[in-house]
Amino acid sequence: MAAGSQPVTRSLAALAAALVLAVTLGTLAAVAWRAEGFAGVGPAARDALWFTLWQAVVSASLSVVLAVPVARALARRRFRGRGAVITLMGAPFILPTIVAVLGLVAVFGRSGVVNVALRALGLPEVSPYGPQGVILAHVFFNLPLAVRLVLQGWLSIPAERFRLAASLGMEAGAVQRALEWPMLRSVLPGAWLLIFALCLTSFAVALALGGGPGATTVELAIYQAFRFDYDLGAASVLGLVQFALAGVAAALAWGLARPAVFAGGLGGVVRRWDGGGWLRLQDATVIALAALFLLAPLLAVGLRGITGLAEMPATVWWAALRSLLVALASAALCLALALPMALAARRGLWVQLVGVLPIAASPLVIGTGLFILSYRWVRPDEIALAVTALVNAVLALPFALAALVPATREMRAGSGRLADSLGMSGWPRMRLVTLPALRRPIGFALGLAAALSMGDLGVIALFADGDTATLPLQLYRLMASYRIDQAAGAALLLLALSLGLFWGFDRGGRANAGA
Amino acid sequence: MKTPLIAAGFALVAHMATAETLTVYAPDYFASEWGPGPAIKTAFEAECSCELEFVTGDVLPRILLEGARSDADVAIGLSQDEMARAAASGLFAAHGQDVSTLTMPVSWEDDTFLPFDWSHLAFIYDQRTETPPTSFEALLAMPDETRIVIQDPRASAAGLALVMWVEELYGDKAGGAWARLAPKILTVTKGWSEAYGMFTEGEADMVLSYTTSPAYHIMAEGDESKKAAIFEEGNYLYVELAAQLAGTDQPDLAQRFMDFILSDGFQTAIPEGNWSFPAKLDAEKLPETFRTLPVPDKALYVDAKTAEAMRDEAIETWRQGLSQ
Amino acid sequence: MLALEGLRLTQGSFTLTADWALPPGARAAVIGPSGAGKSTLLMGIAGFVEPAAGRVLWDGAEISALPPGARPVSVLFQEENLFGHLSVARNTGLGLRPDLRLSAEELQRVEAALDRVGLGGKGGRLPRELSGGQRSRVALARVLLRARPVLLLDEPFAALGPALKREMLALVEEIAGESRATVLMVTHDPADARAFAGQTVVVADGQAAPPVETGPLLDDPPEALRAYLG
Repeated sequence: MAAGSQPVTRSLAALAAALVLAVTLGTLAAVAWRAEGFAGVGPAARDALWFTLWQAVVSASLSVVLAVPVARALARRRFRGRGAVITLMGAPFILPTIVAVLGLVAVFGRSGVVNVALRALGLPEVSPYGPQGVILAHVFFNLPLAVRLVLQGWLSIPAERFRLAASLGMEAGAVQRALEWPMLRSVLPGAWLLIFALCLTSFAVALALGGGPGATTVELAIYQAFRFDYDLGAASVLGLVQFALAGVAAALAWGLARPAVFAGGLGGVVRRWDGGGWLRLQDATVIALAALFLLAPLLAVGLRGITGLAEMPATVWWAALRSLLVALASAALCLALALPMALAARRGLWVQLVGVLPIAASPLVIGTGLFILSYRWVRPDEIALAVTALVNAVLALPFALAALVPATREMRAGSGRLADSLGMSGWPRMRLVTLPALRRPIGFALGLAAALSMGDLGVIALFADGDTATLPLQLYRLMASYRIDQAAGAALLLLALSLGLFWGFDRGGRANAGA
Repeated sequence: MKTPLIAAGFALVAHMATAETLTVYAPDYFASEWGPGPAIKTAFEAECSCELEFVTGDVLPRILLEGARSDADVAIGLSQDEMARAAASGLFAAHGQDVSTLTMPVSWEDDTFLPFDWSHLAFIYDQRTETPPTSFEALLAMPDETRIVIQDPRASAAGLALVMWVEELYGDKAGGAWARLAPKILTVTKGWSEAYGMFTEGEADMVLSYTTSPAYHIMAEGDESKKAAIFEEGNYLYVELAAQLAGTDQPDLAQRFMDFILSDGFQTAIPEGNWSFPAKLDAEKLPETFRTLPVPDKALYVDAKTAEAMRDEAIETWRQGLSQ
Repeated sequence: MLALEGLRLTQGSFTLTADWALPPGARAAVIGPSGAGKSTLLMGIAGFVEPAAGRVLWDGAEISALPPGARPVSVLFQEENLFGHLSVARNTGLGLRPDLRLSAEELQRVEAALDRVGLGGKGGRLPRELSGGQRSRVALARVLLRARPVLLLDEPFAALGPALKREMLALVEEIAGESRATVLMVTHDPADARAFAGQTVVVADGQAAPPVETGPLLDDPPEALRAYLG
């Protein structure tokens, strides 16, 4: 028989998939079950549907298109501080929305630095409000993710292939066609899909920078259904609409993707020979612009928060510690779910679907559904932190899979065959072959999961417990009680901790890996 | 981190140890250490020899989900737009208080939902606005460069109250009023925090908030530059409510808490805890700043049933008026 | 005895059939045009390509249902014969225990095997710190320790120079001779076949022909082979 995954791995993967389905479709079913009838969806919701689709397609497309030159520049240039730039550029993705919105406004707002500069130069101002604002915010949030996924793709092309290309005298254009385009063909549809799904359920950001009621998404309609109408029927219908959109997008991306397998090399630093001269200048410019775009709002958040940091009460620090523990638990759980799934995954549509469901799921539906499923047996506030860890692990799963699945595919084609021939199996194989080979994507997945759950707040509104508040919750509380300076301090702390977690794990994964 | 089972076990033991626990569902801001919750808990526990426990989150949605089996004895922090829906659920019982002597600008008649604090809605401005509007008409007539942030009525109680305000003032012509306001709307946010943050960070000239907001800046920051625009036509009244659950397993304790709400022990925690006016507190017991805070002569208010009936249409008017 | 019974291997539209046996200790070269399916044949025996029909047997027992590592087979691939992140000693030790829980005695055997292939004292290195010839030696040291009765060589030495390749083949011969292993070796070089293998399997036109004596075959090659040898 051909080399297959271990039965244990397959059962674990099935278990993980079942959990994902329970948290996504299961909660939706729970909400629908409690609903009293399914009324039709009004004209406002239909408008919202079009806007949602439109902005998600534009945001996702723009993010991946812009990510390609940035990732390419980062893949073929070595410079001091490159690692720090890559890590920092990932930060917007893990920011809580309220912090990101204020950061964006500080830079691109009507009184932001960009417009102040434009005014000083006598140039017309730009407005970050309206559809362009929604796109701006979504690209700001998701460009980092796209860059990282594409960069992973670039680093998966073994150094030997570039060496071969160089020996053949291939110019940058030829390298693009022969090596980079096949890689992009395998990476971009997946990245696009993730970002599309993320933008699908965006709500607070779209609203804050949308400039008016025109910029409303389906998720707002879901919120309205819960908050004002208590119309669980409408909420579940809309939740299903989001799944359907994401499902169609997943099928499309799956059809478009062409997995490229570059038989692995022996590891080591990827050195490139193509692209000197003006390409060097082009790369430098691209990196500088991307860094400026992504880092300026972060810098604004940082500077704004410094004074507030000292004023924060002790409870904020305790909340930070609590969030840190939740984030670590969430990251571990996420890996425990993602690894067997990635190892058991062939190029199946189901992997793509399970991998996108958690993002397309409405946090409100998940929260409400979990509440409906659990409140009869446990007091919801008693399990607030456990639920936060669990839900965030599931929500981070798609990103973990996006990093792990291509890497396991590479591994299977390379060292996997050798391990099979030597009869390596079980835990020793995991320890000696799988984990070392997947070190980089595992580090990335752990870091991302930890950072994401650090900043999340979405699902726990119904489970919140005054005594076990997490850092984002404390941040919102500070804002809600006018303490903007302290809230800015908490935002800085949150940013620093999220980045620290991400950096720590990601760094651990990359140590000794040569890049 | 607690595991659910252990936690559930502890909770059970805790319940057996102190039989007299009053469970109050409250919004997060109310029970947080910066809200009035902690002071109210201390004051009530001192006189009831029981334990008061706040359970925070989305109060009404949660109670509606739990239905008759809810653990809640009292719900606090319901907004006026939730009143009709809460009443229709039949889950709440009469408050049994004399509401004829409330210190509110309108008379209150409902016997289930008890106001515990109130404010007027108001647009807050600072020194950047040289000629602040003195009426809603003046607001609509402000230059189009003025940048105002409001909250979305589909996601925010204050945003919905603004829609009622405009309906009350302009009736059939509400769409036209929104169209005049539209060019000045910088953006619409999900909640109060985002909007207010945009104002204090200098991005917006004005923000939809409450007449009591300047009190925070004066008392906590010594900043007197932030003021509420008082309108000749009157500002819309924003009331927060409490009610006891019909299915409470502690009817006596719940009733005692309802009695406590209108007492000084509760009411004095409101001004600097919730930054709003207490529903029943003599003026001399208010902090100085609150006594001198400018308030409109007239309070506008649409009763809950009427508001609920016109809500969908009013929001649609808002949506179309602002979309133009 | 390694026997292929009505074996049919398919990969996409490509099909290869084989129906023959090799006695224990036999050494057979596998030659044929590029793309004829030489590697597919080896991968079918090793367990990486599932048979569409037929069986693979070792000493009369069917092995075609076994996973690759459980077959009485050692393989050397064209490339990727070592784990880049594991030291030379650990790469070699995998031949004794796939979980690398090596006893002191086993560690000694690893060291001895490395000595044997001329890499004494280099156990701590990483593969990328070795030359191509040295990497092949590590792989052979592992074959030595694995001691499986069938050895499949899928041109592992193709990248080495002629002298080095002869050295490696001599080493293979030594190792295989000691354990009386049956060896199947893909090669493009008739001289290798003559020097190393008593028998030769010609793979052409979708068929792996039964092994025949190498000398006479190359002296008077059949039509399919003649075109290839030129």
